[in-house]
Amino acid sequence: MNLTLNVWRQPNANAPGRFVTYPVNDISPDMSFLEMLDIVNEGIVHQGEDPIAFDSDCREGICGICGIVINGIPHGGKASTTCQLYMRHFREGETLTLEPFRARPFPVLKDLIVDRTALDRIMSAGGFISASVGSAPDGNDMLVPKNNAEAAMNYAVCIGCGACAAACPNGSAMLFTGAKVAHMAELPQGQPERYQRVVAMLSEHDELGFGSCTNHGECSAVCPAHIPMSAIARINRELTQAALRGYSSATA
Amino acid sequence: MVGVLSFYRTTIGKKVIMAITGGIWVLYVMLHMFGNLKFFQGAEAIDGWAHFLRTFGQEVVGYEGVLWLVRIVLVVSLVLHVWMAWQLSRLSWASRPVKYSRRRWLAADFSGRTMRWGGVFIAVFLVIHIGQLTTGALLNGFQEGEVYRNLILLFSNNLIAAFYILMMIVLALHLNHGIWSLFHSLGWNTYPSKSLKHRLCQLVAIAVPLGFALVPISIVLMGVMNV
Ligand code: HEM
Ligand code: FES
Repeated sequence: MNLTLNVWRQPNANAPGRFVTYPVNDISPDMSFLEMLDIVNEGIVHQGEDPIAFDSDCREGICGICGIVINGIPHGGKASTTCQLYMRHFREGETLTLEPFRARPFPVLKDLIVDRTALDRIMSAGGFISASVGSAPDGNDMLVPKNNAEAAMNYAVCIGCGACAAACPNGSAMLFTGAKVAHMAELPQGQPERYQRVVAMLSEHDELGFGSCTNHGECSAVCPAHIPMSAIARINRELTQAALRGYSSATA
Repeated sequence: MVGVLSFYRTTIGKKVIMAITGGIWVLYVMLHMFGNLKFFQGAEAIDGWAHFLRTFGQEVVGYEGVLWLVRIVLVVSLVLHVWMAWQLSRLSWASRPVKYSRRRWLAADFSGRTMRWGGVFIAVFLVIHIGQLTTGALLNGFQEGEVYRNLILLFSNNLIAAFYILMMIVLALHLNHGIWSLFHSLGWNTYPSKSLKHRLCQLVAIAVPLGFALVPISIVLMGVMNV
């Protein structure tokens, strides 16, 4: 296959960026998207230039570190991670525009790499269950009804890639935050801190500069873990209930 | 109380306020549309309805008491709705300082993407509408209490009729996303799109503006057919 890449190049967080065009020739349709970029980079390095910086780790769609906006859609619009895209998903001769995830809380570090510490900050604010870590508890000593277990699992599959916030026209990370809140609200272990958690995580989300949700569903449409929009209805409900119970960011 | 106050400061709290105030307006426009349909029962019916709205409960709260109560609730709701819309829109604009070079939509439809502009048009429409049919300041020959006559007078101008019909399309678009979105904001999942729940919301969103539009449409048609 032959393609043209239009790639955002930005040497570091403070330098201005710009698009640079690279012709790409003789690519096998069975290559993964990132393998294609590896080959492009070999050529660039050969010419003594700085290779295109992009994130990747597992390349199996598990870790969530990879993430490129391809032709205006985070992860390219196949509802997979970028590493799970294959060149056969694209047309011969196509021009592909590659940009980093764009949101104020995701500063660009270099080229296509952004800093997603913001998502970790939301998790640190309450995306956990406090437990005394003595000896391991007996398996099944806390029963979880099947429906709750399945619902929790549907939210727990979030890999934290941040594509939801990158796709959102409001730069909101509500699908991510909602999935984490909903996941733990479904489980008995999540109950004691249920309302503090949602207040703390949402307050952190807002403070980081993510926008607010307008229920468009762009996030869920690009989510490689197929987190449903019900995660957002759920966080709305959890936060409203927390407020009615008198929880505030001061008490969380 | 502390909880409620800090709730208001969150993006979700503001969205919930938008949903409740938008919902109050949806209930109001449904009732308003129902009243307007009395136009088709003739002058007595719709003038009588207007009279009823003013005298309803007057033993308790006086003439126009209930009407003013409703008006106050509506004004407060609208102010809150627009204020929250403004605050949240600003947050959204600030959250992406560097825009994408191109934008492709996978899920958001036209009505969802035009919520902010639709709101601006509705606001302008409301001012003109109240001036023409409530206070009469913008309608030459307006007669207080003679609703039927005023409607015929107003919509005998085809341009104004067309403007009203256009504004009802704008309202339908706002409600097409708004009613569906409202339930989601309040915590009741209305996804996936095109599900029965979504379709029911859309039905209301289209039926209400259509009911309103019937009045100018039929007055224009009466004019065309010279009856
Ligand atoms: C007059 C000026 C108005 C402005 C500026 C305005 C603006 C907006 C904006 C920006 C949104 C949020 C869009 C989104 O989240 O995607 C919205 C939502 C909504 N609007 Fe309005 N609007 C106005 C009037 C109205 C009226 C008159 C009604 C009802 C008849 C209405 C009903 C709704 C509903 C139900 C929602 C959904 C709330 C939610 O998603 O939780 N709006 N409006
Ligand atoms: S590299 Fe791990 S998910 Fe793509």
